[in-house]
Amino acid sequence: MTYKLQFAELLPYWDVLLHGLIFTIVLTIVSTIGGIAVGTAGAAARTFGPKWLDPIVAAYVEIIRNTPFIVQLFFIFFGLPAAGVKLSETAAAFLAMVVNLGAYSTEIIRAGIEAVPKGHLEAAESLAMTRMQILRHVVLKQAFQKIYPALASQIIIVMLGSAVVSQISAEDLTYAANYIQSRNFRAFEVYLVVALLYLLLAIAARAVLRGIGRVIFPKA
Amino acid sequence: MSLVSIKDVRKSFGSVEVLKGVSIEVGRGDVVAIIGKSGSGKSTLLRCINGLETYDAGCISVDGIDVGKTRGNLRDLRRNVGMVFQQFNLFPHLTAAENVMLAPKVVNRESAHITKALAKETLAKVGLSDKADSYPSQLSGGQQQRVAIARALAMRPNVLLCDEITSALDPELVSEVLRVVERLASDGMTLILVTHEMRFARDVGTKLVFMHQGKVHEEGPPKPLFASPGTPELAQFIGMQH
Repeated sequence: MTYKLQFAELLPYWDVLLHGLIFTIVLTIVSTIGGIAVGTAGAAARTFGPKWLDPIVAAYVEIIRNTPFIVQLFFIFFGLPAAGVKLSETAAAFLAMVVNLGAYSTEIIRAGIEAVPKGHLEAAESLAMTRMQILRHVVLKQAFQKIYPALASQIIIVMLGSAVVSQISAEDLTYAANYIQSRNFRAFEVYLVVALLYLLLAIAARAVLRGIGRVIFPKA
Repeated sequence: MSLVSIKDVRKSFGSVEVLKGVSIEVGRGDVVAIIGKSGSGKSTLLRCINGLETYDAGCISVDGIDVGKTRGNLRDLRRNVGMVFQQFNLFPHLTAAENVMLAPKVVNRESAHITKALAKETLAKVGLSDKADSYPSQLSGGQQQRVAIARALAMRPNVLLCDEITSALDPELVSEVLRVVERLASDGMTLILVTHEMRFARDVGTKLVFMHQGKVHEEGPPKPLFASPGTPELAQFIGMQH
């Protein structure tokens, strides 16, 4: 074993790495916001919505949670054009991420909604609140408070899983790594650095999510 | 005319009939104490009055509104019927004042100015002006229940339903809640209480309803009834409590 690490070989590509890093960060932030929006709507539909909506949302959740992310991504990017929906690789990556996190967060948020004691709903009903008012003012914040740690973990999982979007040439951090090592053949150094960047990203994301949690839920 | 009129109400859970034709008339300013063994149907009856439970037959009306009618109607009714629960059911993510202000704000669309005044007024009424910014988890059971009473009062109900509101409290906290209820009674609030506090039922109640096996077994002014129960069941029930 006499491999000599030569990180200097990466220097000319710093802008490629930076571009990929920013792409991954933006992808994570956007799909987190979009995914939680979808998940909130899905969970609300399953618990407070009309009965006919439940099997539809349930089907969405089960299909997404029981198929590989890369297949979902390929379906959106390579499959949908056959149905006339042609998306750029970036758009396909964002859409796949939102759809994926949406399904997982639907189930996580639903668990939170169902954990709200029935008595709180009755108290709110007794105060003449409508179903929507109860959902918005009584249930959701309590639900999010209960499931916030689980949701935060899922966001990290999805962020790391986003590396897969490089497979459709969406220009994320992993795509950057593939690109660089195909030019300078320094796979060891490149992937070591990129792995480290993901590690730092995950640590930073956890810290940010913890901070956000403290601001939104000041008291336990 | 009665404020709350309950006529021949029946209700079954599956094959078990818990209310077997109950009739009670409650006038404005009455303090009705409903007592009876667990399983006698008293909580179910109370929950029928504001539509938390449906009933199978009979009729309940509050201030002329029929409880058995449509949903929108039910909300109109609930604006006028407050309820306080055994388990307090405060919203844990809101402070005491926010708990009180929520329904006036979102249901009655009152301005922030008015809801703040309401919170101040009702929390003062239950003796918790200094706890406005506390979260439920920072309050004792008795304090939580008093906030729950304030929350119900903030909607300015015509009648307040109290479902065993001291049963979940440590003994030393019971009296602080009962004192608040007593004050409401002397202010003329119409109250219907399901309770196990016999002394309270006797001293504060204007009407006692003893439920037994899904029916009103005996009713009347509390003091005479406690002094000389008309039926062996009531005599035994009162005896059991001491």
